[in-house]
Amino acid sequence: MDHHIVRQAFLRSVPVMAGYIVLGIGFGILLRSAGYGVLWSLAMSVCIYAGSMQYVGVSLLAGGASVITTALTTVMVNARHLFYSISMVDRYKDAGRYKPYLIFALTDETYSLLSDGNVPSQEEAHRYRFLVSLFDQSYWVTGCVLGSLLGAVLPFSTEGIEFSMTALFIASYTEQWITAHDHIPALTGLFCTLLCLVVFGPSRFLIPAMLMITLVLTLLRGRTARELTRDLTQGTVSCASTGESEEEAS
Amino acid sequence: MSILRPAILVAVMSAVTILLRALPFLLIRGETPPYIAYLGRVLPPAIIGMLVIYCLKDVQPGDPAQLVPAVLGAAAVVALQAWKRNSLLSILAGTLVYMVLVQAVF
Repeated sequence: MDHHIVRQAFLRSVPVMAGYIVLGIGFGILLRSAGYGVLWSLAMSVCIYAGSMQYVGVSLLAGGASVITTALTTVMVNARHLFYSISMVDRYKDAGRYKPYLIFALTDETYSLLSDGNVPSQEEAHRYRFLVSLFDQSYWVTGCVLGSLLGAVLPFSTEGIEFSMTALFIASYTEQWITAHDHIPALTGLFCTLLCLVVFGPSRFLIPAMLMITLVLTLLRGRTARELTRDLTQGTVSCASTGESEEEAS
Repeated sequence: MSILRPAILVAVMSAVTILLRALPFLLIRGETPPYIAYLGRVLPPAIIGMLVIYCLKDVQPGDPAQLVPAVLGAAAVVALQAWKRNSLLSILAGTLVYMVLVQAVF
């Protein structure tokens, strides 16, 4: 049983492995080129554990940013984590001793693995999520340390490797699209963000996009409830949403 | 170079990140309000959509050297994911398509 859940968690985390190790290596190389060695790479991947923030952090360290600038930049870059946590409040409510780490380790990728609510066993749901989170961070730390050690000695060009992060989110988006019955939330996220990118520009659009997504989805709340009722009465609700409601009921 | 200053910056980045992740858990007590439960249901696909755009934010649509690798890389991911439903395969293939295009073609 124990080994079974470890195995399940490992298999679930595999899609993140390549992305994290590759992005981690990229980070380690970048950080070393800014003059910070393997211990810095290790410390940042263990204590911060936020991919895009660590990349931004390299430029903050190299540029000798102030504490205030660093704090504000972190808020901006990582504000989306507030939303991950909000949507996980219910799910992690009874996680007990696993809860602090589950909250700490709620990165983009871990969120994308755990946000569909599917777990192999309800009794061991929190242990499973804890293991998936832990596997994910172990890949990230491994990548960051490896990148720092490899430095610039890689025998091939890694230009374009950063697309792995994009590919991860696109794959996750596609998968959610296939399993979801209601595509309005997914479309809302895409188009609100696109609109805000055009209006506010690439360095300031994230916060407005998050506010707009929340606002639009709030306004659509009545509609979704009606659709769901209709779907339930017609028995056409998708596997993904029934899986989640079962979990909430247990 | 002084160790103290970068160490403080790393600590600040760590503390703020943890605070952002923990805040909703600290503020939302007891029964989860229905509105929050609703957000928990509809936000995940919306946020993933937001992150897709976030990742592509620096692609200049007017520059084929940037646009074409990104579009073909993304198309490869969507097509493979829809076909095989294997995330790792989609991610690796999409990244490979992108890397080959930016390194060898453009």
